[in-house]
Amino acid sequence: MSFVLVQVIVGGLLLGAVYALFSSGLTLVWGMMNIVNFAHGDFVMLGMYVAYVVYTLMGGGPILGAPLATLVLATVGVVVYFALIRDIMKGPMLAQILGTFGLALLLRYSVFWWFGANFLSMPPNIVGGTYAFLGLRIEASRLLAGVVALLVTLGLHLLLTRTSLGSKMLAVAEDQTAAQLMGIRPDTMQAIAWAIAAGATGLAGALIANFFYIVPTVGETLGIVAFVTVSLGGFGSVPGALVAGLLIGVIESLSGYLIGAVYKDIVVYVLFLSFLWFRPQGLMGKM
Amino acid sequence: MTLKHVTGLLCAAALSLVLAAGARAEDKVVKIGVIMPMSGGTASIGAHAKAAIEVAMDIINTAHPELGALPLAKNAGLAGLGGAKIEAVFADNQGNPATGQNQALRLITEDKVAAVFGAYQSGITLTSSAIAEKYGIPYLNSESVAANLTERGFKWFFRTTPIATDFAKAYVDFLADLKAQGAKTDSVALVHDNTEYGTSVANTIAMAFKEKGQTIAADVAYPVNATDVQGQVLQLKDKKPDVVIMISYTSDAILFAKTMQSLDYKPAVLLADDAGYSDPSFIKAVGKISQGVFNRSSWAVGPSGSPSAIIADMYKKKSGEEMDDTVGRQMQGFFVLADAIDRAGSTDPAKIQAALKATDLKPEQLMMGYKGVKFDDKGQNTLASGLIIQLQDGENYVAVWPKASAEKPPVLPYKGW
Repeated sequence: MSFVLVQVIVGGLLLGAVYALFSSGLTLVWGMMNIVNFAHGDFVMLGMYVAYVVYTLMGGGPILGAPLATLVLATVGVVVYFALIRDIMKGPMLAQILGTFGLALLLRYSVFWWFGANFLSMPPNIVGGTYAFLGLRIEASRLLAGVVALLVTLGLHLLLTRTSLGSKMLAVAEDQTAAQLMGIRPDTMQAIAWAIAAGATGLAGALIANFFYIVPTVGETLGIVAFVTVSLGGFGSVPGALVAGLLIGVIESLSGYLIGAVYKDIVVYVLFLSFLWFRPQGLMGKM
Repeated sequence: MTLKHVTGLLCAAALSLVLAAGARAEDKVVKIGVIMPMSGGTASIGAHAKAAIEVAMDIINTAHPELGALPLAKNAGLAGLGGAKIEAVFADNQGNPATGQNQALRLITEDKVAAVFGAYQSGITLTSSAIAEKYGIPYLNSESVAANLTERGFKWFFRTTPIATDFAKAYVDFLADLKAQGAKTDSVALVHDNTEYGTSVANTIAMAFKEKGQTIAADVAYPVNATDVQGQVLQLKDKKPDVVIMISYTSDAILFAKTMQSLDYKPAVLLADDAGYSDPSFIKAVGKISQGVFNRSSWAVGPSGSPSAIIADMYKKKSGEEMDDTVGRQMQGFFVLADAIDRAGSTDPAKIQAALKATDLKPEQLMMGYKGVKFDDKGQNTLASGLIIQLQDGENYVAVWPKASAEKPPVLPYKGW
């Protein structure tokens, strides 16, 4: 029994790390320019498809797929910023919501049209199978995703707090006009933020693809988790997303195992809402 | 004019072309509304269903003498309506019961369809058929198995597929046979999602086992389109049932297969209730780590040159997929509906309803392995039946039970990967 419980918690932590990984892009974009990207889940989906295409065309695993997905999605991020976000940022909130929502549907149905509606899957052992020790079983692909999640979150946090690029980005987020007077170009900074956010999301997708199914609508399933993670962690806070992701992962696993999976979402969302009641800015968000 | 305006105009032009093409009047056409999940989590099912219906329409609307006794195959169009062609009007239910209901309303009131066909998910068949009932339009369902669908006292609802109660009995008998051969099948666990399909089928199966004095060792429910099922697999690992019965759509079926492998969990017998496990994309994605899973089916391809083999070929050409049980039942249902319209000799709903009630098709007139098609007062096909198949090599299902129709004996225990 206790072994199983440990397995449940370890599984939850690994799951949570992945939640954190694909939520960090969403929180970054919000922190930088107050935009909620409803296409976020579909960015994850695109990352998964890039990894899949890399695998089918070149037979490459995540060593090739993950960097390529990061690169492709970073490019997509920049394109989306200049083609869509830069304009709708000036519009009302509703335009931003509908703009990114439309983008989500565009991406989803383009993939539908190109790849069809069939479920795809990477070969089971593309990342070294499963490690077993002391009765615990840890899938290598999940472990890889979890470790990368921790590194990326740490990297993003250091980038924002310790580098001059990060300071410039935060300056733009704080006050665009003032930043401009200091010789910082808001456009460039925001485009970079989109590249980083979308790139991290693509990376997440490529890593999740190793243990999840791939289908054009997968963004719907994963997108909601990202929004909950980000609101619990605090909009705009990268470390917040990490802590929140881990929390949600463990709560989901524990309640799924102990009370039953049908009720696990109730547990998660009751805790989530009651937490927001006391701390509306989230775990680590600013008011 | 800026680029945006140009794009807008181009879009409008393209849209009007599409609309004009759709609205072009065809004389002597019988429209049938087809509600399927064309988007959402089960969109792969909808895409396959569309291809299957298109093949069925080809068989009905053009001459196919090679298909022998199959009604409507010999000549082009519906002879009873002066050679009228069948035209399917496809509507997307988005995997959502409310959307399915709206689509039924639109098909009936705006497209003026003669009959409605659909809607895959039991929960959506439930809502959309209520609209057809209200408007007095025949509704044929070919693949939803929730038992209660034909327990509502509906007059316009007809169902060709075998249903949960039939399969529940088959599962009980099949497991009893395995036990007689020395397998342990005493404790049974049910794993199902929280949709109409998952909960009602799980209930029906539990009832069937209770009638035989067997209790269900574990009932593991999970929310549909789950992001993670480790907890559920660990629950099973804890309880160690001999038999696990899976009632899941494709997305969750794939996730369960992957999670069972990663947590190294294999029950002695893994038995799936169709749905996701019959989706060809399930087999392509995780067939190799689900070797030995049992499933139910009414489809067998038959010897080459037989009508079912010819149809399977046509379907493969159209969709690029192997024919499976779900699309087979859908095509069969569509044929039954078209046959009724043909015999009614009219698109008058009451006449089609009367013709459906008078349906009496023999096994040789069918492409599926039913014992025939004949509806009872509730609209349920009383001659529907099926068999148990097994994914022995991880690539193709073979019939293993009952013995009379078995191609190979069942292989135990569940091999997995």
